[in-house]
Amino acid sequence: MDFSTLIQVLDSTLRLATPLLLACLAGLFSERSGIFDIGLEAKMLISAFFSAAVAYTSGSVWLGLLAGVAASMVFAFIHGLASITFRGNQLISGVALNFLASGMTVLIAQSWFQQGGRTPSLIGGARFEGVELPFAIGPSDAAAAGRPLNEMLSEAGPLQLFYSELISGHSILVYIALAAVPATWWILFRTRFGLRLRAVGENPAAVDTAGISVVGLRYAAIGIVGILCGLAGAYLATGLQAGFVKDMTAGRGYIALAALIFAKWRPWHALGACLLFGLLQALALRTDVVETLFPFKMPVQLLDSLPYILTVVILAGFVGKAIPPRAGGQPYVKER
Amino acid sequence: MKDLADTSGQPPGAAPNAPPAIELRGISKAFGPVQANKDISLSVAKGAIHGIIGENGAGKSTLMSILYGFYKADRGEILINGQVTQIPDSQAAIAAGIGMVFQHFKLVENFTVLENVVLGAEEGALLRTTMSNARKHLTEIAEEYEMNVDPDAVIEEIGVGQQQRVEILKSLYRNAEILILDEPTGVLTPAEADHLFRILRGLRDEGKTIILITHKLREIMDVTDTVSVMRRGEMTATVKTAETSPEELAELMVGRKVLLRVNKRPAQPGPTVLKVENLRVVDEDKVERLKGVSLEVRAGEILGIAGVAGNGQSELLNVLGGITRATGSVQINGQEIDLTGKHSDGRSRRKRGISHVPEDRQRAGLIMDFAAWENMVFGYQWDPALNTGWLMDNAGIKAETEGKMERFDVRPPNPQLAAKSFSGGNQQKIVLAREIERNPDLLLVGQPTRGVDIGAIEFIHQQIIDLRDAGKAILLVSVELDEIMGLSDRIAVMFDGQIMGERLPDETNEGELGLLMAGVTSGEGAR
Repeated sequence: MDFSTLIQVLDSTLRLATPLLLACLAGLFSERSGIFDIGLEAKMLISAFFSAAVAYTSGSVWLGLLAGVAASMVFAFIHGLASITFRGNQLISGVALNFLASGMTVLIAQSWFQQGGRTPSLIGGARFEGVELPFAIGPSDAAAAGRPLNEMLSEAGPLQLFYSELISGHSILVYIALAAVPATWWILFRTRFGLRLRAVGENPAAVDTAGISVVGLRYAAIGIVGILCGLAGAYLATGLQAGFVKDMTAGRGYIALAALIFAKWRPWHALGACLLFGLLQALALRTDVVETLFPFKMPVQLLDSLPYILTVVILAGFVGKAIPPRAGGQPYVKER
Repeated sequence: MKDLADTSGQPPGAAPNAPPAIELRGISKAFGPVQANKDISLSVAKGAIHGIIGENGAGKSTLMSILYGFYKADRGEILINGQVTQIPDSQAAIAAGIGMVFQHFKLVENFTVLENVVLGAEEGALLRTTMSNARKHLTEIAEEYEMNVDPDAVIEEIGVGQQQRVEILKSLYRNAEILILDEPTGVLTPAEADHLFRILRGLRDEGKTIILITHKLREIMDVTDTVSVMRRGEMTATVKTAETSPEELAELMVGRKVLLRVNKRPAQPGPTVLKVENLRVVDEDKVERLKGVSLEVRAGEILGIAGVAGNGQSELLNVLGGITRATGSVQINGQEIDLTGKHSDGRSRRKRGISHVPEDRQRAGLIMDFAAWENMVFGYQWDPALNTGWLMDNAGIKAETEGKMERFDVRPPNPQLAAKSFSGGNQQKIVLAREIERNPDLLLVGQPTRGVDIGAIEFIHQQIIDLRDAGKAILLVSVELDEIMGLSDRIAVMFDGQIMGERLPDETNEGELGLLMAGVTSGEGAR
């Protein structure tokens, strides 16, 4: 495998890891506050659909993003209502929302666009373009020189190639996702909100007796979940791909939860886990590379299932203990 | 922080003309049809330790929850330092200078001491300055009241005594002037409890007002200045501690005369029933929990095992009850019993005449959601007498349960009621009825009166004595030293998986047993 192929695989890793990372951080906020959220998938999917639909209709990807985040927030709020206010079972609420999103998106897409449950392909301003960082070789340089971009990149030195192909040229959402990692760490461990959020996921009674609203904190976490999942879904439909197709999240919500366990609910580890799982997805797309990497025939399905296998290994306690926040999944009832 | 330091110069105790720190006027609270508090009035002087005593369900906790803003009273008003104060939530209680130490600590287990102390009392949105200021402030408070804790220690890694100190520090950090402690000694060793009382006296001398809720008469007598008694939601009396006696308080609590000392005749020991030799247990983490325990219990005697919880008593009961496997030798009536093989389970033990009243009745003694009559046969459901062919004789079991409930004074005597609907004392009576009425040769009893009301304690103790007088062998494990001293014919003290020594109750005292419980042997007489 030569250097430029490696860069291509890593580039694709980064793109594929972005929705995982956003969803994973969403799950982190949720579970750290004591709310299990198996419905990350639902929020990504509903956001993917509404961002694509609105972006197509309005021609503005930003309006699409806004619609996606709003839709995701609505779903997050429903989950909050079920699990915080009405103290329902969080798993059931999450699963129900997953089904709802899966069916509802296709139904509305068919009714609005009559294209078999998908949105029309997004073009131009209805999609997120790559951000060209300074000094990187990008489409604008190619246009100025009047030469194909691939040709210019193949002539570039390794450092320039690394910079232009891997670091530069991603959609803004990729950079937001990466920036969200230190931001999450900072919020959790350096702010009052973070201290209280971590406390409410461990022992809500301690938070309650300290005179802080358990319900308020958990709804705040749910709000963050809505925003992050909204970004993840919008990125899927308007960044990674050009439009919404049925069930396009393809289990990413679950892989994000797996990554969360793999990371033991810590932000920087979440980045590592999502990049690893992104790499596995990237490799699964590049059968030619997989063939050169392994002396035997590596089934692509195995690569797809590796995130789950690794998570089971972690859960079984082979790589240290994965202890979830202690109050996770339990509705808070004030005791006498 | 400054004002805390200044108060140290003032004379301790109450200021004579100051308004009471707390005054409750006509507080009433009902939960549905249950009147938890009925027209309660109470006045606590500033700088006093005031005890509130009462049986479980007497309404003590409800009253304190109203004071801490967990519940809103239906009627009545609260005055803090003479001012009528509304306390709609915990935040308001904290602002009014009230701190509460709950029976079950409200600490975040994987946070540090410092993080727990500042939680909810942070100075700003960012933690950096809060943490450094809090560290200084906390060290000052801890030194002033002699409550040393490492601010960076993680809660789950420190002992319960220390955790309780963190709870008190939390309140002091919030400038609490009134401190409420709910059953604070339930989880402490005698030495830790003494330390707690020293801290409380120190706080009182600094002018803080302390309310101590407990059902232990001795604590009330030891540490309080005044005491109020609650019974069935009403405040029945408020007296000066120096002018009352445990007997009087017990009578006020229960509403009738109560025997605090167990009445029993000298034991008439018969042949050896249980003989244990060199018993060893190694747990999952490869820690040796029992390190060669040997003991004997004869027919017609009670052997009491004293010790601080977690020194191998539970393991001993579990091995004898067939729950845990062990090495060594155990003989019942001269016959070896199986400690590792397939006859090492509760059913085989029961067939050999060993009955077991487990330490944790709610987890190991009962199924809380099941009816009393179902609970009355657990462990004996194989008995042909309880079955008709391959079906259980439910009608017969229910009829029998009614008889047992009557003989053991279980209230209400309704076999259909789920175990969780009974009070702690009545749950324990169900377990005792089940195990004692099987007429065992050996009864294993763990913590027979934990969480049991004083009236029921008397009854349960009497049942155990009666079984002894019927010529049965009894192995009693309890962390209540009073109980061990009162019931046992011989006392063995366990420490770190070993028997530190045996004493006769008439020839020893709490001081000596306390030393043995802490692993200190005096030399002579110790094994």
